[in-house]
Amino acid sequence: MSYSVKVIDHYENPRNVGSLDKDDSNVGTGMVGAPACGDVMKLQIKVNKAGVIEDAKFKTYGCGSAIASSSLVTEWVKGKTVDQALEIKNTEIAEELALPPVKIHCSILAEDAIKAAVADYKKKHGE
Amino acid sequence: MDLAADFFSLFGLPRTFRLSLSELDSRYRDVQAQVHPDRFANATEAERRLSMQWATRANEAYLTLKKPLERARYLLELAGHDLQAESNTAMPADFLMEQMEWREAVMEARAGGDHHELEHLYQRLRSDIAGRHDEIAALLDDAQDYALATDRVRRLMFLEKLLYEIDDALASLDD
Repeated sequence: MSYSVKVIDHYENPRNVGSLDKDDSNVGTGMVGAPACGDVMKLQIKVNKAGVIEDAKFKTYGCGSAIASSSLVTEWVKGKTVDQALEIKNTEIAEELALPPVKIHCSILAEDAIKAAVADYKKKHGE
Repeated sequence: MDLAADFFSLFGLPRTFRLSLSELDSRYRDVQAQVHPDRFANATEAERRLSMQWATRANEAYLTLKKPLERARYLLELAGHDLQAESNTAMPADFLMEQMEWREAVMEARAGGDHHELEHLYQRLRSDIAGRHDEIAALLDDAQDYALATDRVRRLMFLEKLLYEIDDALASLDD
């Protein structure tokens, strides 16, 4: 199976790899995993006072498509409000990266990671 | 013989996670001998086709029942419990954290060419997995707690993948 140019680019030059302080009240952390492929993904967002995501970091152990999916969504969520971030659909990720059907679950993982990070942030803020 | 029978019935074995591999091997050989193409050399086209279907089915059954993870997944499937292996990405945070640490350790050892550390991780993981097999056996065969077994099998899938990755790292160092 061959990877698309965009997947290879994100895989070879992943954006926003790293960690944010999970105990910071402005940071939301989402951790998810897909049993089917054994991939594990941690995605964190840092939200400013206006409710806008100003930074995002990820750490993913998995295949090229999983790394590319998480790298891409960290780019997408920056500048979005937390509610706008919730609207990101895995189909958009899969389409942007031209993921083959067997790799669709990688994009599901990335969508779920964002949702989990936003849920964690909202929980910290009593929403 | 009934082509629609489940894999356990196909080999005349009890539908359990605990399984004698030597018995499975001998039952498999029996079925293979019965459907071997040589025995159908003078048979009709329809009979030959049927024996081929049998051979394929027996192969699939053997490969599924032989590996503990595949066997557990199959038992859950027979019991009507869906693992949602691709669609459900929610796992307990402490479990995922542990998985991250494992993978980090493997990556570091691989990058540093640390054969000894990889062997150590491999052995540790092997014994971890063996303990999980025991737990799954108790849940499936004794308690028949399929809901909890589903969670445990989902966890096992991550560990099997990790074992494969350590194996791969060791092989790459040997090259």
